[in-house]
Order: sequence, then structure tokens, then C-alpha cells
Amino acid sequence: MEIIFDVIGNTLIVEFFGELDHHAAEKTRVKIDTAMDNYMTKNLVMDFSKVSFMDSSGIGMVLGRYRKMGENSCNMAIVGCSKTIRNILNMAGVFSIIDYYGTREEAIEGFDRKEVS
Amino acid sequence: MEKELKVQMEGILENQGLARAIAAAYVSQFDPTLDELTEVKTAVSEAFSNAALHGYGGEHTEDVKKTVTMEFATVSAGTIMIKVMDKGCGIEDISKAMEPLFTTDTDQNRSGMGFTVMESFTDRLKVDSKPGQGTTVTMIKKLDTYYGF
Repeated sequence: MEIIFDVIGNTLIVEFFGELDHHAAEKTRVKIDTAMDNYMTKNLVMDFSKVSFMDSSGIGMVLGRYRKMGENSCNMAIVGCSKTIRNILNMAGVFSIIDYYGTREEAIEGFDRKEVS
Repeated sequence: MEKELKVQMEGILENQGLARAIAAAYVSQFDPTLDELTEVKTAVSEAFSNAALHGYGGEHTEDVKKTVTMEFATVSAGTIMIKVMDKGCGIEDISKAMEPLFTTDTDQNRSGMGFTVMESFTDRLKVDSKPGQGTTVTMIKKLDTYYGF
């Protein structure tokens, strides 16, 4: 599993590449937490469009980051999930607390709308 | 029982990718759909990581040989059985362990959804376990689109 970080305005984008399992999740978690502490953005987007495999470790990774963001009352969104990945995240009700968008651009637009309203 | 395959490997998280690659290779011979292939891979991945994380995860098991055995077999046309066995610490309360969101993790980095994922991606799931005697997870998966060519 590789991850690439990108900062657009007030949003930190985390793009995942490859397979996300329990083995990969531990290292990934540390990297994201470090990036979140460094960039201190208001919003976080997780982009799953290049993830070829994910098991339940992904749920823990997503919810753990959500809790961390929540400490500073920030926004979080998930984008680009395959059917199976959406299915797995849905089992734990992830999308009832975190917004889902097709693309990162839509997610950023969504954050902007929230700010206006 | 036909087309039996038995694989034994070290129960460490590093082998999780290999475990699901083996599962994918076995299922591939039955021409599964992409969804079915992903479901089997995910279920085996969960079972294997349970064995590595929980079965052999305790502090008391350091001198135990961490062996995970996976057995694959075809029970009838298009129906496969997968067993993932460890000789680790075992589970005290199986029904509690299988509850959605139940986790032993106190750092809140794990979700407690492993068994739930296995259950929803297979047709039947059975867990046999006794404290100190290891755990066997048996999964049955029907490949709905099996044409029998």
C-alpha cells in the first residue's frame, strides 16, 4: 500500500494505492496521522479510487481518522470506492456519519457549500 | 469432496496477502465473477488476520509455532468450502466475538467487523474454538454463476 498526500486550499487529500489489509493499515495509519498533524487542514478527503483490495481493517482506519478529525470539529469525506469497498464500509455504517462523493472535486465543493450555509 | 488443496503457512500478518492470493488462485479455476472472487479473497483475508492477530497475538504465545492451515475443497458443483485453522489461544465466547463492532482493541483503531464481513461475503460460516486449543473457521461459498463447463 502506497499513499500520496495532496493539499488543496483547506483540504488534505489522502490517495491510497494498492491493497489495504491489517498488515498495511498499521503503517498507513501512522503516516496519515503525521500528515494530519503537519498540515492541520480543516477538511480531510480519503480517495479510494486506486484501492484494489480492502478488508475490515479499512473501517477501523477510516473511523479512527474520523475521531481524530472530530476532536477539532473538522469535515471529512470519502471518494471513489468500488462496490465492494462501499459495501464493507456500509456494514459499519460509515456513510451515515461521513459523506461520500464520486470525486475529490465534488467533495471539495461539498465542503464549500457547508461553509456557506 | 473434490479438488482438495491444503496449505500451511506461518500465521503472521505479513502473510495475509499471500493467503488471499492462494484463495483467489483456488477459486479462479471455477470461473467466478469478479465480485465472487473479491468476496472470497476478503473473507479469507479476515479469517487469516484473525488467526494472526488474535490466535497468535497474545503475549503468552511467543514460543508457540505459529501455524495457520488453510483447506480448500469443492463440496458440489460451484460450491466451495474453505477452512482456516490456527492452533492459537482460541476464543472464550464465540457468539460475543462474532457480534458486529465487538473488538478487543482499546485504541479504537480496529473495527470489530471481521466476522461480520466474513458472514456477509460467504453463504455459511461456522466457528469452532476452545480456549487454548485454537480456532477453526469454516466457510461455504456458492458461486452462483457456475455453469459447469
